Amino acid sequence: MADKPRLKLPKQAKKGEIIQIKTLVQHPMETGLRKDPDGKLIPRKIINKFSCTLNGKPVFSADLEPAIAANPYLEFTAKVDESGTFKFTWVDDDGTVTTTEESITVS
Amino acid sequence: MKQVSRRDAVLMGVSAALYLTVSDAAFATPAEAAAEIDKFTGGTEPAQGNISIDLPEIAENGNTIPLNITVDAPMTAESYVSDVLVVADGNPNPALAKFHFTPLSGRAVAGTRIRLAGTENVIIVAKTSDGRLFTDRKQVKVTIGGCGG
Repeated sequence: MADKPRLKLPKQAKKGEIIQIKTLVQHPMETGLRKDPDGKLIPRKIINKFSCTLNGKPVFSADLEPAIAANPYLEFTAKVDESGTFKFTWVDDDGTVTTTEESITVS
Repeated sequence: MKQVSRRDAVLMGVSAALYLTVSDAAFATPAEAAAEIDKFTGGTEPAQGNISIDLPEIAENGNTIPLNITVDAPMTAESYVSDVLVVADGNPNPALAKFHFTPLSGRAVAGTRIRLAGTENVIIVAKTSDGRLFTDRKQVKVTIGGCGG
């Protein structure tokens, strides 16, 4: 995963507001069903877990299967009651964990 | 070009037939999808409705199909939509994804992009924290499948 995950969420929100969060990470999501030109199966390599927390409290998570398209995109909502930091985590089949953080100011 | 003998031709026919049956077997059947749903619901029959599925009716490319799900249920600490299962009844692997929500999610909505092998049904099952179950399904016509076949 060479590229930084892309995030889209507001920097500021009102207390109790429900905000929309969009995330995208560069990843081939190799299904393990495709064959290379020599006829050998290309081993499965996908992002199998995604999670989002706000100040350590779980907001949204997902278990992904090979049927999720390459460069997995996820959008969901979060209800913000306090300022803090969103932490986003992607877990690869090979154990690689990618995380990013984004802060939000709630007034 | 090499002359194809009669024996070769017969062998080719047999291996082609074998290949077709084997590759057919690699795809999930509605029964497998139902088994996946049973595992999620614990055998209880979910009620129809309360879910809106936003999926195109016809997808030209099965490799990336936008999917948006909204479960119409309150998201309070006492009762919220905790888990949503996405299943397709014609993919090599029936399970597509599982979404987990909390009261902090605000709304039980999620969007992603999925792969479908062909024209098939996408089935959504939602579970609330107090044990209620909802389901809905939608058929997508896929022109070119997206599972490397």
